[in-house]
Amino acid sequence: MSTRTISILVENHSGTLSRIAGLFSSRGYNISSLTVGETEDASVSRMTIVVAGDDSVIEQVVKQLNRLIDVIKVIDFDNDPIIERELILIRVDSGKGSRHEVVELADIFGASVVHVSASSITLQLASTCDKIDEFIWLIKPFGVKELIRTGKIAMAQPKK
Amino acid sequence: MRKNGAEILIDALIRENVDIIFGYPGGQAIPIFNVLYDTKEIKVVLTRHEQGAAHAAEGYARATGKVGVCLATSGPGATNLVTGIADAYLDSTPLVAITGQVATPYLGTDAFQEVDIVGITRPVTKHNILVKNIKDFPFLIKEAFYIARTGRPGPVLIDIPADISKGFLDDYEYPAEISLRSYRPTTVGHVKQIEKAAALIKTAARPLVFAGGGVISADAHQELFELATKLNAPVTLSLMGLGAFPGEHPLFIGMPGMHGSKTANSALQEADVIISVGVRFDDRVTGHVGAFAPKAKIIHLDIDPATISKIVRVDIPVVGDAKNIVAALVKIVAPRPADAWNDVVNKWKGDTLFAYKNSDKIIKPQFVIEQIYELTKDKDAIITTEVGQTQMWCMQYYKYARPRTCISSGGLGTMGFGLPAAMGASLGRPGALVIDIAGDGSIQMNIQELATISINKIPVKVAIINNEYLGMVRQWQDMFWNKRRSSTCLRGGTLCVECTGSGHCKKPYVPDFVRLAESYDIPGLRATKASEVVPVLQEGLNKEGPVVMEFMVAPEENVYPIVPVGKSLDQAMEEL
Ligand SMILES: Cc1ncc(C[n+]2csc(CCOP(=O)(O)OP(=O)(O)O)c2C)c(N)n1
Ligand SMILES: [Mg+2]
Repeated sequence: MSTRTISILVENHSGTLSRIAGLFSSRGYNISSLTVGETEDASVSRMTIVVAGDDSVIEQVVKQLNRLIDVIKVIDFDNDPIIERELILIRVDSGKGSRHEVVELADIFGASVVHVSASSITLQLASTCDKIDEFIWLIKPFGVKELIRTGKIAMAQPKK
Repeated sequence: MRKNGAEILIDALIRENVDIIFGYPGGQAIPIFNVLYDTKEIKVVLTRHEQGAAHAAEGYARATGKVGVCLATSGPGATNLVTGIADAYLDSTPLVAITGQVATPYLGTDAFQEVDIVGITRPVTKHNILVKNIKDFPFLIKEAFYIARTGRPGPVLIDIPADISKGFLDDYEYPAEISLRSYRPTTVGHVKQIEKAAALIKTAARPLVFAGGGVISADAHQELFELATKLNAPVTLSLMGLGAFPGEHPLFIGMPGMHGSKTANSALQEADVIISVGVRFDDRVTGHVGAFAPKAKIIHLDIDPATISKIVRVDIPVVGDAKNIVAALVKIVAPRPADAWNDVVNKWKGDTLFAYKNSDKIIKPQFVIEQIYELTKDKDAIITTEVGQTQMWCMQYYKYARPRTCISSGGLGTMGFGLPAAMGASLGRPGALVIDIAGDGSIQMNIQELATISINKIPVKVAIINNEYLGMVRQWQDMFWNKRRSSTCLRGGTLCVECTGSGHCKKPYVPDFVRLAESYDIPGLRATKASEVVPVLQEGLNKEGPVVMEFMVAPEENVYPIVPVGKSLDQAMEEL
């Protein structure tokens, strides 16, 4: 099953988030990730949702989202070029003298060190989802103690 | 002007042309009822249950086309409305449900009679609102009515904490206009799409019109009539659409689907172009979706883009208001003379769309419906129904001539809908002869509303089709569950040891509906023999004011045809 990224501009009301989450859950659609925050206009929030599903599921999701009164606009990126970022915090074992290697790997990916303790090192990385997957895969052998991903945010590339 | 929240609410309702509210009071709603006490512009009908209030508001809305309003207190009052709200949601009925709520400082504290009704009703409302600041209140009421009434109509709930209804706003003014950046229903159909539809229709050898409740909401029946007659296309109507095209018209071929006419189902399976208007391809209509209308290209006109290709992939969608679009289509389609396709359909149809074996001894339920039709077809009659076999016979044997005369719970299938809905319909259309045709099981689900009917002298006629069973479920058990009649006999109850299933049960039937009616000060009549049906109907329908008529019908009669769940429309079972 493929995944698709959808951005939703919504009225910044209480209840809007649960309305949207409810729309997905009641239809059995699976949300891979969801982020939400204010936009340049404080009365508008922007959600970025990554959904799994085939084209007909996505088509239904978009229509049902548009039906919600609080939804101002649904942007289905489809295959349009987008600028995307995700942020992770990851705490890695560094007990057995592996700290240097971890930091080296972090450097290559542009991750920064946000905390160091005797036995672990905590890194932060903001990048594309693919890069992040790659980074996690490479750093796993060192022993990942804790990992948090924010979920993707995305905007369309301006058309020149 | 300085007003408190309750005064603002009532002033706003008057400005929204609300002339009747169905309600039930309680602690957090007292401030609102207190204002209603002196409000002459609005009649308040105290029902006997909040569910009754919600269905009555639905009945009012469906009979008049206006927004129905119901009002309840917080907690149990609010939860009692939920079935009615869900019913309105599934049948796209414009409804504003108003609930009292605990004061804002108590929200979320499990205060006495606090429930999160906004949370509970989120999946069954078009929109809902908790009022948190009295400054927003006038706008939110305006918004509620605007959303309920426009686009694809539906229920909107406003939850009003007691400190809002008691609090004051110094500069109250009701907004004259409203515009929402996030809600702009499309009303005008896309010209290119309408032209495409007309072009496809031109190629049709076997056209079929399939219309539903959207035609009635949009008040587009006249346009639909013009389209169908210009094309000489047979017309089938979903349950929600009955009345949108005259039931006696030669082009009419009945309701399709599970208990639809064979003619309608065959026409759907054989048509090459289906012009569907304001329908949602419910599973009770399509049967096995994969085998639905296999030969047809489908045109779908609907106000709600989300219904397009939701269940059935359509070839030409046109989003917008049915009235505009159908009118535009009528203008550009080429007239089509009746031809061999019409002959085929007429041959399927024969003399009648539905048939049953009548009896001169035992009362057949279908016979009662037919006789009700015969006695009321020249009158301004409105039929409401409950749910079950009786409901289906009402769809098969009553021929609705006009829109808003068939008021039935289509999407949710709510037993207990018909009696309160009849009450609301009668109050909304005082001149009409309103009849609730009820199963004996369903009528007991909101029977308490006989008190409301009696006290307010609402001239509703109730025809109880007493087959002593939860007949529709009994039918399924008999046909698909090896005749294991678990909990469907209304004489015996859950499981009777003595029951042989032979129909010789000696247990008395309770309640005695005639005596029950009389205890509400409503005349009760009963027919036990076929020969008594017409006299009882004549007496009951001609009486002034409310009447309860009970018909003791053949207990084991089944509804035919029936397309079993999961089968395609051409696999209907018929009476042997
Ligand atoms: C509130 C509710 N509960 C249960 C059902 C399931 N149900 C559908 S039809 C039916 C039997 C209805 O019996 P009755 O009103 O006597 O009508 P009949 O089928 O006998 O004509 C039942 C229990 C329902 N539709 N609504
Ligand atoms: Mg019954």
